Amino acid sequence: MQSNGYSHIRTDSYAAFPHQTTMYKYDSLDQTLVDERVTQFRDQTRRFLAGELSEDEFRPLRLMNGLYVQRHAPMLRVAIPYGMLASRQLRMLGHIARKYDRGYGHFSTRQNIQYNWPKLETVPDILADLANVEMHAIQTSGNCVRNTTSDQFAGIAHDELVDPRPYCELIRQWSTFHPEFTFLPRKFKIAVSSSTEDRAATLVHDIGLHIVKNDAGEVGVRVIVGGGLGRTPIIGHIIREFLPREELLNYLDAILRTYNRYGRRDNKYKARIKILVKELTPAKFAAEVEAEWANLKGGPVVVPEEEFARLESFFTAPAYEQLVACDAGFERKQLDDRGFARWVEQNTFHHKVPGYRAVTLSLKPYGGIPPGDATAEQMEGVADLADRYSFGELRVSHEQNLILADVKQSDLYDVWQEAKKLGFATPNIGLLTNIIACPGGDFCSLANARSLPVAAAIQARFEDLDYVHDLGPIDLNISGCINACGHHHVGHIGILGVDKDNQEFYQVTLGGAQGNNASLGKVIGPSFSAEEIAPAVQRIIETFAEKRHEDETFIDTVRRLGLEPFKARAYDKPELKAA
Amino acid sequence: MANIILNGAVVPNTWTLIESVEPLAAADVAEGSILPLSVWLAVRETLLENPALAGKRVGVWLAPSDEPGELVDDIAGLPLIAVQFPAFTDGRGYSIGRLLRERYGYKGEMRAIGDVGRDHLFNLFHCGFNAFEIKASQTPEHALEGLKAFSDGYQSSEQRKLPAYRRRPHAQTADSWAEISSPS
Ligand code: SF4
Repeated sequence: MQSNGYSHIRTDSYAAFPHQTTMYKYDSLDQTLVDERVTQFRDQTRRFLAGELSEDEFRPLRLMNGLYVQRHAPMLRVAIPYGMLASRQLRMLGHIARKYDRGYGHFSTRQNIQYNWPKLETVPDILADLANVEMHAIQTSGNCVRNTTSDQFAGIAHDELVDPRPYCELIRQWSTFHPEFTFLPRKFKIAVSSSTEDRAATLVHDIGLHIVKNDAGEVGVRVIVGGGLGRTPIIGHIIREFLPREELLNYLDAILRTYNRYGRRDNKYKARIKILVKELTPAKFAAEVEAEWANLKGGPVVVPEEEFARLESFFTAPAYEQLVACDAGFERKQLDDRGFARWVEQNTFHHKVPGYRAVTLSLKPYGGIPPGDATAEQMEGVADLADRYSFGELRVSHEQNLILADVKQSDLYDVWQEAKKLGFATPNIGLLTNIIACPGGDFCSLANARSLPVAAAIQARFEDLDYVHDLGPIDLNISGCINACGHHHVGHIGILGVDKDNQEFYQVTLGGAQGNNASLGKVIGPSFSAEEIAPAVQRIIETFAEKRHEDETFIDTVRRLGLEPFKARAYDKPELKAA
Repeated sequence: MANIILNGAVVPNTWTLIESVEPLAAADVAEGSILPLSVWLAVRETLLENPALAGKRVGVWLAPSDEPGELVDDIAGLPLIAVQFPAFTDGRGYSIGRLLRERYGYKGEMRAIGDVGRDHLFNLFHCGFNAFEIKASQTPEHALEGLKAFSDGYQSSEQRKLPAYRRRPHAQTADSWAEISSPS
């Protein structure tokens, strides 16, 4: 270790050693806890296989570690805390896909990756491999606090007030093995955002947190509670406008304790916090929390400034070059190559640092590949791209895509070429074919219907990229059942799998939206059969194309016209008349 | 009488759990009984005031829906409070435990009863439980292992008042990491 000249080495190391990412890094405590978790789970698995633990006893224990037993095989869900991923971690995810699974993984809508075919006996080994790269599957399912999610553009967004990641890491640690909150009435999800545009869906989480500043310039937190999708979709309520940041964990303890004690446990469909908030009224719920907080305030859980400073120190900017705002070569390439220009327009995001862009690699190619799926080779290819072009770092978005957050404009053309080779360059981010879909009936034992074939059938109807591009932004979200893992309520077009006499049917909602103007879609009428659904979506889109004012967006047109014109056309079924 | 875990050791259970919530006359309360909260509240005054009955060893057990604040006047005198876990997935008792210790300052024996086994001991312990009546399908000796699941944790708890961020060496910032991982 160096005693002098140390700051010089650090700055240089970013360029010379791209693995020197600007992410949180485990210290001995973090590492000890994930290692001990592996040991604990290995022993629990052994006791289960030896018959010492019954299925009923083992189930909640394995769920707490992200292990479901699905239709075909166990499914293991691995956390990607607030979406941050280093290239070496992505390589490990690829390695796990190849060694323990069938060569691919599925990125979910909550900044997790899921493996659909691991063997129960090998799960402890998978967890040990993950622990080697500072990853885990802790609390990725079960009735506990789940992986905290955030803005995939955290730290680089031009509209960001405060970097939310130190707060996410603080919450990750607070929620990991919290002794009091391991057996909540139901699962519990927290999302954090700090930008003008809410890219973390904070209004539809059990708790949504906005990192804000008050008039005095102090950083604090706006607390939103009781949002959620699922069977009873609700937009969350603000219960506190400004919480001093040092009280964040005390306040979370107060919310969770109130929920843990009073949330319903008699009916799992009424057990989420949103039902408690609704039954008590948001004002009463807030009063309960404030009373609980009054007892905790100022106690040992107050987060000291040094801890914020420590956490913030991990999320410093990488060693950006001083660049001009518009690279001439980059501008020329866009004029020369229309395909490139379109990809730049759809799949890159404005960076706060001049000369840089964030690139979204679309995991929604055409051709029937399930949204969010990536093979081991693709993961390794993306990890290489991250090392070459983006400081060895990646993000996972809740739209199930991968992001290179810090790419120089002058590198974009090369990145595009490479992304095309990997099959991740479909220029459809924000567009109709960037479908969000849960794994559905092909993999999930709770499903009423399959979602992946529906996604494929819709994509197949919109292969003309120019047409899709002209339609402008459209979010189409598909869930295979009322649990709403595909967030169908907040899709501009939402599709929900329902079961009618053991047949797969699909209910359509229109007018949902995420972000600051979040709204819940409305059901347009009776559900469609598996054959009818894709044509119905096409007719809805055609209606929009005919009725829109110039460049009006789909959601604006739906808000202006209401459901009627879309509904009339959706149920005008020529394929049925012909029969 | 079955053994229980108390303060990290396996010892004989010297208490009798009264499960029935039927009212009891104070004189009928047997020495060493653990009474339901409602029964306790009905007899407590007589028990505490009658010199003939005072000195009788009596504990109380709480169901998950019971309000621990109802014991606030008895906290100093009760030798045992048990908290019932009808199913281990019912986590309300963890909050009750913390409230009894942290808010109401209970210092006596706090016992987890019901569906309690090896895999829950660690968190129960950190919520303030120091006694465990282990479910029939496991032995207390075996369940005791559960207390060793983790060597540390992030949160403030009954056993570790300071959360990790108040104990961490302050110098462990990203800078020190860069130093460790940079080749020199
Ligand atoms: S929405 Fe339903 S079908 Fe889809 S993944 Fe969730 S639980 Fe399974």
